[in-house]
Amino acid sequence: MAPQIHPLVILFASVFTSNILLTNFLGMCSFIAISKDMKSSNGLGLAVTVVLTITVAINWAVMRYILVPLDLMVYRYIVFIVVIAATVQMLEMIIDRVSPALYMSLGIFLPLITVNCAILGAALFMQIRNYNFIQTLTFGFGSGLGWWLAILALAAIQKKVTRAPVPAGLQGPGITLITIGFMALAFVGFSGMLNVQ
Amino acid sequence: MSYLIAPLAIGAISGVMAALIAIVDLITNNYGEVNIAINGGKKNLAVKGGSPLLLTLSSEKLFLPSACGGRGSCGACKCKVLTDIGPHLPTETPYLTPEEQKDNVRLACQIKVKADIGIDIPEDLFNVKQFHATVLSIKDVTYDIKEVLYDLNGETVEFESGKYVQLVIPPYDKIKGSTQRAYSMSSRPSNKTQIEVLVRLVPGGIATTYVHEHLKVGEKMDLIGPFGEFKRTPGHSVMLCIAGGSGMAPFKSMLYDMLETGEKDREVWYFFGARSTRDMFYLEDMRDLETKLPNFHFVPALSEPEEGDGWDGPTGLITDVLDTYLKQHISAEGKTLEGYLCGSPGMIDACNRVMNENGITQDNIYYDKFA
Repeated sequence: MAPQIHPLVILFASVFTSNILLTNFLGMCSFIAISKDMKSSNGLGLAVTVVLTITVAINWAVMRYILVPLDLMVYRYIVFIVVIAATVQMLEMIIDRVSPALYMSLGIFLPLITVNCAILGAALFMQIRNYNFIQTLTFGFGSGLGWWLAILALAAIQKKVTRAPVPAGLQGPGITLITIGFMALAFVGFSGMLNVQ
Repeated sequence: MSYLIAPLAIGAISGVMAALIAIVDLITNNYGEVNIAINGGKKNLAVKGGSPLLLTLSSEKLFLPSACGGRGSCGACKCKVLTDIGPHLPTETPYLTPEEQKDNVRLACQIKVKADIGIDIPEDLFNVKQFHATVLSIKDVTYDIKEVLYDLNGETVEFESGKYVQLVIPPYDKIKGSTQRAYSMSSRPSNKTQIEVLVRLVPGGIATTYVHEHLKVGEKMDLIGPFGEFKRTPGHSVMLCIAGGSGMAPFKSMLYDMLETGEKDREVWYFFGARSTRDMFYLEDMRDLETKLPNFHFVPALSEPEEGDGWDGPTGLITDVLDTYLKQHISAEGKTLEGYLCGSPGMIDACNRVMNENGITQDNIYYDKFA
């Protein structure tokens, strides 16, 4: 078993020092595509946080009570993806019914998230790191918050960058990737402070 | 038996998830019976809620125009919604002008019927039917245009010349799912039991490839219609019709309709553009019409005439020919000139420009723009 890291430590680590986006570079496609606009970034960040928290918890239960006892861990990729896709689908239907306003701000991003690799990545990390349920929950929630924070930060920086004289060859994705690199440096710089594994 | 555990377990997990989705769908999508009030209560439909408006209406035999079949990619199924059903979805806004958004015009394929709603649609749409037609004949009028005649199998169609129908193209080859494409009717309104369309082969086009390479005489095909705003105005204004290729269709219908309904004295100029003689068709029919309609002038023009094809008519782009005729042959004194256009969006824009330059205002120019 892994050493019992306090869930709060995991929460802070996954938001800041081990940010799933900036240290593992997971969930980049939607990150780069949506980060041009602050409002959409906010909606997408919220959606990722909600979906990550829920799916990582369900996947933990599926793993603990089905995959491990039946010795089916080699199939975890397929099973995790099926669980994520189904959960997102149900979430979309429920939000559509319960709150049209929330559906407008969050629901339309849900289909985008099904294929977001950060979601699958988090499920695999919680397995590799042998987290218990509470740890898994805080890890999922923290990773979502970290992703949300990163996309908001990038959207804000991009706003400034649009007014800066960017060399022709670097405009668009080029300068965005360099910006993300700098952000990653800033986050990773503190990685010694908190231990997650 | 241990090798069965893996497929069974994974099958079971997927099955449970699918069942959960079905259950959630059953609970959240159950809106009970709702009422759709159309045009201020002229028609009321009691329907099951939870489906997109377009689908709900078509299951009640009310057909809004739609070229993409409800995928939200053509923007044709616009209708005005009178009740509050929430803000516009991001999937609708690209197809709506700011004025339309202010008027709460929505795309019927994107909005779900969740509660009682009221909508406004053009009166004409009550006339729209789905015909289960049979192909009577397919004729090659040029090397790339086919004239297709459908028999409506006992149903009748009521329409004015200029309207179009949507051909329902069934899935074929690599095209999965059925598709709808709009074609102007070239048959006369007096012929209520048949519909004729002209289909020009567009390389890679879903409907045109189907009609040209797969459709056979005797085959069944569904048509939905009539749709469209394009029709001639009553009165004695001078009609300037401009078409190219299969854009011939609505004018063929209109001219024969004028002949049949006794509208024989109206001044009509019909400019028909083609590349070379092998793209030219119906020449004799049009010349024949010229003798029967005293004020009808047919002006065919070739843009790329070839040596030795014996063409002695006008040459050049149809817009240039139109410009020359407007300046030299057609007098506007004491008359209103009206433009009637049928062709590609590029041709329509160019004709609009030439007509505007010659003093024909935009509200006197009529066309249906097919994307």
